[in-house]
Amino acid sequence: MLEIKNINARLGDFRLRNISLELEPGDYLTVLGLSGAGKTVLLEVLAGLVKPETGEINLDGEDISNLKIQNRPFGLVYQDMALFPHMTVRKNITYALKGKGLSNQEQGNKTLELARLTRVEHLLDRHPGTLSGGEAQRVALARTLASNPKVLLLDEPLASLDVKLRQELRELLKKINQTGKTIIHVTHDPMEAATLSKKIAIIEKGELIQWGKPEEVFRNPVSEFVARFSGIKNIFPCTFEKTSEKNGLFHGLTKNKITISCLDDPGKDAAHLMIPGEDIIVSKERLETSAINQYKGIINEIYYLNHGVELIINVGEIFSVIVSKRSVEKLSLAPGEEVWLSFKASAVKIL
Amino acid sequence: MLNDWRTRLILIAFSGIILLFIVAPIAGLLLRTSPAEYSTTFQDSEVTSSIGLTLLASMGATIIFGILSVPLAYLLARKDFPFKGLINGIIDVPVVIPHSAAGIALLGVISRGTWVGQAGEAAGISFVGGVAGIVVAMAFVSLPFAINAARDGFAAVPEKLEKAALNLGASPARVFFSISLPLAKRSVISGLVMMWARGLSEFGAVIIIAYHPMITPILIWERFTSFGLSYARPVAAIFILVCLAIFITMRVLSGKRYHVRN
Repeated sequence: MLEIKNINARLGDFRLRNISLELEPGDYLTVLGLSGAGKTVLLEVLAGLVKPETGEINLDGEDISNLKIQNRPFGLVYQDMALFPHMTVRKNITYALKGKGLSNQEQGNKTLELARLTRVEHLLDRHPGTLSGGEAQRVALARTLASNPKVLLLDEPLASLDVKLRQELRELLKKINQTGKTIIHVTHDPMEAATLSKKIAIIEKGELIQWGKPEEVFRNPVSEFVARFSGIKNIFPCTFEKTSEKNGLFHGLTKNKITISCLDDPGKDAAHLMIPGEDIIVSKERLETSAINQYKGIINEIYYLNHGVELIINVGEIFSVIVSKRSVEKLSLAPGEEVWLSFKASAVKIL
Repeated sequence: MLNDWRTRLILIAFSGIILLFIVAPIAGLLLRTSPAEYSTTFQDSEVTSSIGLTLLASMGATIIFGILSVPLAYLLARKDFPFKGLINGIIDVPVVIPHSAAGIALLGVISRGTWVGQAGEAAGISFVGGVAGIVVAMAFVSLPFAINAARDGFAAVPEKLEKAALNLGASPARVFFSISLPLAKRSVISGLVMMWARGLSEFGAVIIIAYHPMITPILIWERFTSFGLSYARPVAAIFILVCLAIFITMRVLSGKRYHVRN
C-alpha cells in the first residue's frame, strides 16, 4: 500500500501543497491537471528527484521519504523518455539489470522478455536517435520495468503518440497493471484517465482538488475547475436570493437572467450549477412532464461525434446537449431551428 | 540579408582575410623551407630529441593534470556551491597572466628552497632544470583549456539522463562513468587535445623553470638568437608539421556526437 501524506514541495516559484493520497497494490491512478499544475513535480517527489519540505511517503508500511533516488522502488518514465543516446536499445534495457547479481545469460533473457512484452525486440540493436516516438516510449517503458519497480510512474506517456500508437500503448499499460504493478500516470487528457484508471486525482495549481474512482469524480465534481476539466459542459455561475426556496426548490439566476431550479440548497448567495448534457431532453414543442426547467431556444450548431450528436442551443445561455443521430433525423433538427430544452431539478448539480 | 550579393562579398572578403592571416605565415614558413633543409633537420638529433621531449612532456602534463581536473569540471558543471564564480575565474588566471610571470610564480612553489621542491628532490624528482618542471609549467598554462571544455561538455549532458540512471538503481559513480563521462567524452577529449597542443607551444613559463633539457620552442628561440632565421625556420617547420599531424588525427578520433531525444 502506498500512502502519500501531506507532501509540500517547492521548486523555484512553484509549490506543491498538502498532497495526500492512498493507493492499494495494483491500483492505477491517473493524475489529471493542466500544464504547470504540478503533476510532474509530484512524480519527481515520489521518485526522490525533488526533496519535499514536509510530508511522508510510506510504501507497504515503510517510510521511504528519505531513501536515495537509486534505492526507491519507484520507476519513472519521463515524458521525453530520457533514453541514453549513446547506448543501443538492448543496453538501455539491460542498464537496470546490471549489479543485481544476474549472470549475462539471465540479463539477456530478461531483456528479451521485456522487449517482447513491449514489442521492441526487433529494435534491440538500434540507437534511440533512430526510433520513432512510439518505439522510444515502449523502450523507455521496458527499461523502467527492468528495474522491477513496485510503483511505475508515467509522465504523459501517450502525449506524443498518434491515435493508433496510443491505443497500443494503452493496452500495454493495462496489461502491465494487470500483472499487479501499481501505476501512477500523469496526463492532461480526461479521456486517457477515464479509459485507464481505477482512481483519478485532479491537481490544480499544486493542490489536490479531488480524487477517487473516475465515475465518482466525473459524476460529482467538487468544483467548476474539476467539472470543466472533466469535459463537462453546461456550468453556469448563478446567484441565489435568500428567499429563493419555494416548494422545496431553489432558484438560481444566471448572468443572462435565466432561472434554473434545483433540489439542493446551495447554502450561499452564489454557486455554479451544472447540468449533464445527457440529462437534458430536446423537443420541438413544450412538454407536459415533471421537468421543472423548460426553455425555448434556437439551435446554433450541430456537431456529429463518435458517440452521438452535440447540439449547441441558445436559450439565453448556451447549452450543450448530446442526442442520438436518430433523434436529429426524427425531429429534423438543424441549425436555426427552434426547440425546447427540459431537465429535472434533480439533474442540476451544485458545484 | 545574405542573399544580397554585396553583403555576401563583404562576408567572403572578411572571412578570407582572417583565414589568410592564420594560414599565410604558417604556409610561408613551410614552403620556404627547402627539402634539403627538412632532410638535414630531421637528422639532427638535438631537434628530434627536443621534439620527442616536448611531445612527451606535454602529453605527461595532459594525462596527469588534465585527467585530475575532470572531477573539478564535473563539479563546476553540476553543483552549486559558494564562490563557484570565483573558482571559475581562478581557473582562467593562467590564460590571462604573462607566461613568463606564470613561470616566476611557479618557481616560487617548486624551486629547491620550497617544501614542494625539497619533497621532489627527496623523491628523486628535480623540478628546476628537469622534465618534471617542464611538465608542471606546461600543465599550469594549459589546464584552463581542459577544465573549461570538460565543464561545458558536462553541462551539456541533460541532467535528466543522470537522474533517469539513478532512478534505474545505478550508483552515482556508475552514473558518472556510464552516462555523464561518455556523453561529455567529445568535449573532454577536445579539451585534453587543446591542453596538450597548448602545452606543446609553451615557451615563457618553461624557459624560466627549465632551459635544459630543451623543449622545441626554446630550441627554436635559441637557434634564432644564436644563428639566425635560416637555422630556426626548419626546426619550426618540422615542429609545426608534427603538431598538425597529431592534432588533426586526435580531432578525427575524438568521437561522434549523439542525438539526445527530447
